[in-house]
Amino acid sequence: MNTYGNQRISLAHGSGGKLTHDLIKDCFLARFKNPILSELTDSAILNLKGINLAFTTDSYVIRPLFFPGGDIGKLAVYGTVNDLAVVGAKPLYISCGYLIEEGFNSVSLDEITQSIGDAARNAGVLVVTGDTKVVEHGKGDGIFINTSGIGVCYYQLLQDIEVGDKVLINGPIGDHEIAIISARGELGLDVKIESDCAPLADLISHVLTASGKIKFMRDPTRGGLATTLNEIVTSKDLGILIEEKAIPIREEVRAVCSLLGFDPLYLANEGKVVIIVGCEDASLVVDTMCAHSLGRDAQVIGEVVESPKGRVCLRTEIGGTRIVDMPVGTLLPRIC
Amino acid sequence: MCLAIPAKVIEKKGTLGIAEIGGLRHEVDLRLLEDVKIGDYVIIHAGFGIQKLDTKEADETLSLLKEMVKCGMCDV
Amino acid sequence: MKYIDEFYDRKICVNLAEEIAKKSLGTELTFMEVCGTHTMSIFRNGIKDLLPENISVLSGPGCPVCVTPNRTIDKAIAITRLNEVCVCSFGDMMRVPGSSSTLAQERGRGADVRVVYSATDAVGIAERNPDKKVVFLGIGFETTTPTVASSIKDSALKGLKNYFVLPAAKLIPPAIKAILDSGETKIDGFLLPGHVSVIIGRKPYEFIAEDYGIPCAIAGFEPTDILYAILRLVEQINNGSPAVENCYRRSVKEDGNKLAKDMMNEVFEVCDSEWRGLGVIPSSGLKIEKKYRAFDALHNFKMDVEETKENPDCLCGDVLRGVASPLDCALFGGVCTPENPAGPCMVSSEGTCAAYYKYADVRR
Repeated sequence: MNTYGNQRISLAHGSGGKLTHDLIKDCFLARFKNPILSELTDSAILNLKGINLAFTTDSYVIRPLFFPGGDIGKLAVYGTVNDLAVVGAKPLYISCGYLIEEGFNSVSLDEITQSIGDAARNAGVLVVTGDTKVVEHGKGDGIFINTSGIGVCYYQLLQDIEVGDKVLINGPIGDHEIAIISARGELGLDVKIESDCAPLADLISHVLTASGKIKFMRDPTRGGLATTLNEIVTSKDLGILIEEKAIPIREEVRAVCSLLGFDPLYLANEGKVVIIVGCEDASLVVDTMCAHSLGRDAQVIGEVVESPKGRVCLRTEIGGTRIVDMPVGTLLPRIC
Repeated sequence: MCLAIPAKVIEKKGTLGIAEIGGLRHEVDLRLLEDVKIGDYVIIHAGFGIQKLDTKEADETLSLLKEMVKCGMCDV
Repeated sequence: MKYIDEFYDRKICVNLAEEIAKKSLGTELTFMEVCGTHTMSIFRNGIKDLLPENISVLSGPGCPVCVTPNRTIDKAIAITRLNEVCVCSFGDMMRVPGSSSTLAQERGRGADVRVVYSATDAVGIAERNPDKKVVFLGIGFETTTPTVASSIKDSALKGLKNYFVLPAAKLIPPAIKAILDSGETKIDGFLLPGHVSVIIGRKPYEFIAEDYGIPCAIAGFEPTDILYAILRLVEQINNGSPAVENCYRRSVKEDGNKLAKDMMNEVFEVCDSEWRGLGVIPSSGLKIEKKYRAFDALHNFKMDVEETKENPDCLCGDVLRGVASPLDCALFGGVCTPENPAGPCMVSSEGTCAAYYKYADVRR
C-alpha cells in the first residue's frame, strides 16, 4: 500500500512536509520515472546541445491575495525565478497561467497583473507565454496562478557535501508566513511584519562570483528551514547541526510563535536561501551576502556533521539538542 | 496543556485590551482580572488575561537564580 | 521578549543542572511533568540533555490531545455531519483520532470545521453566520475553562441562539489522585502545571504531599523555571519534607484567580469524566450548568454517534500511565506513525510515541 493512498488528499499533502514528499515519491516519481525528475532539484537541468537550461514550474494559491510586502502576482514571479536561481541559473523567461473564478473583480486582476509585470522587470525576466481559464463561481478561490520559468545555468554546484561544510542563510526566517497569518485577520494579531518575498538571483550571482565552493542552495519556502535542511540530508551519510542562537528570527515572529505555539523553523519564507559552502569560504560568503540588500542579516547557522546520519539536529539556546524533523501536518495554532 | 505568555497591556477599553509582546499587538479579554492598568503585564491564554504578572516576584526569582550562579562553581 | 528571555539564561540552566546532579547523588528519580506544555518545553529546549542520567521525567495526564477519549471526538465528528453546522476547535484537536476519523479528515470531506485560537472567536463566527449552528469543542483544563465559560455567558447576554459548546473540560487534581491510587507507577515528585495553578492556586494539590508524601513543585515553562523546580523536588526529597512548593511565583498566587474560578463555577458543574488510559475518574470533569443548557451541544443536538471503537492493540493508555513504552506497542512505527497516528500519543511532535519514533533510529 502506498503511504498517501489510504486517505483522501488532505491539506497536509500540499504543505511541503512529510506527506508531500510521500506523494511525490509514491505517486508522481513512480509514474514519471526519469533521471532528470529523480534529482528532485528546484529546477530540472536540461542539457540541450551543450547548453544547460534550468526549467521549473510552480502554482500559487494564497489567501489573502494581497498582503503586507506582496501579493499573489509578485509571489508567482519571484517564487519561480528563485527556483531557477538556486540551481545556479540566470532566470530568463517565464510563463503565466491564470485560473480565475467567475465573478472575480477585474480591478484586482488588473492589480495582480501589474504586479506580475513589475516583478518580472525587477527580476530581469520576460513573460513570454500565458494561459487563461475561468471556472464557475464556487469552483475556485478567486484566482490561482501558475508560472513556469527557464534560465541558463552558469555555475555548477559542487554537490559533494562533506562533514565540516557550513550552513548559511541570508536573513531572518518566518516573515512571510507570519505576515500572511496576520493579514488573514483571524487570530486578532496586529504585527508589523512584511513578507520577505524577493528575487534572489542577484544576491546569488554575487555569492557565486565570490566563491567557487558553493555546494548546494535551496530556498526554504513552505515547510520552512526545517524542511529544506531535512531534504538536504535525507538518505545521505551525514547530518546537519544548527545552532538555535545563530538563526536570525525577528522579535515579532518569535512573539507570534510563543503565543500560538508555532516552531519558527517550520514557517514559510519567500526571499531566503540556504547555502551549503565549503568551510574555508564560509565567512567570505557571509560577508558577500551582508554587503547585499537582501543579505544584510546573513549568518552561519550550522554545519554538516558526521552523525546522526540523515538527520537535522538543533543545539538549543540552553545547550541541549533535539532532532528537527520534517513537518507532518499543516501549521495550526495550539493552546497546549 | 496550557500555553500562555506574558504581555504588556498598552490599551484598555472596558474589559477589552490590547497587549504587546516583542512588537506583536494582540487583542486580549481582561474580564477575568481585577483592576488591570495600562503598563501591567498579564499572562495571556487563548485570548484571555488569566493573571497579572507579579514583576516584583519575577525580579526576585531572577536574582535568586543569578545569585546561585555566582555562588556555584560553574564557569560556562 | 520581556519576562520570557531572561528565563532562558544558559549559565543559570547549566548551573541548575549541575546542582541537580550534585544533590541527587546518582539516585534514580522519576518525576512526572503533569502538563503537556512542560513536555513541549522540555522537548523543544533539549532539557533532558542537561539533566543527569539518574533523573527521568515522565509525561503526565495534562494534555487534552492525549486524554480526550474517542467518544468525545466521535461526538464532535457526529455533529460535523449534521446540516448547517460549523464545528470550531482549537488547532490541537484537529488530528486526534476518534473511532474512525479525525476532525481534519472530516474537513477534507467537506465538513465545516474551523480552527480558532479562542472560544471568543467561535462566538464571533456564530454572530456572523446566523444561519449556522456553531459548536465549539470545549476541551481543556482549569486554565482554559474560564475562557470557554466566558464565551457561554457572552452568548447568553447577546441572546445568541446558534452558539453551543460540546463540554469536554477536565480537572487536574482528581487525575493526579487517580494516578497515585492506581499505584502502577513509581513517582518521586510532581512538576505541577503552572497555568492550571494560575487559576486554582497552590492549595488544591496539598493532598499529594500530605496524604501521599510526594514532593511537588509548581513550575513555570521556561527552561530555568523547569530546572529550578526539579532542583527543589530533589531538595525536598533530601530534606524528607514533601510539600507543595510554588516555584512560579510571578504568575501563581496562593489562592489562584478568584474571578476565573467564579466564572467557571457559574457556567459549569463538576461531574465524573472519562480519560483515555485512566478510565472514568470521579469528579474530574465539568458539565454545563442547567441554567446554561441552551448552549449545551449535548442537549441541543440529536447526534448519530458511531459506536466507540478502540484499536485493541493501541497501548496509548498504558503509555500515558507510564506502565508501557511505545516500543512495547505492536502498532508503533508500522500502522501508527506521525503521518497516520492511530493513537493520540503519536499526534503532537512532543507526544511520547512521536518523540520515540523520531529518536528510534538515532538510539539504535
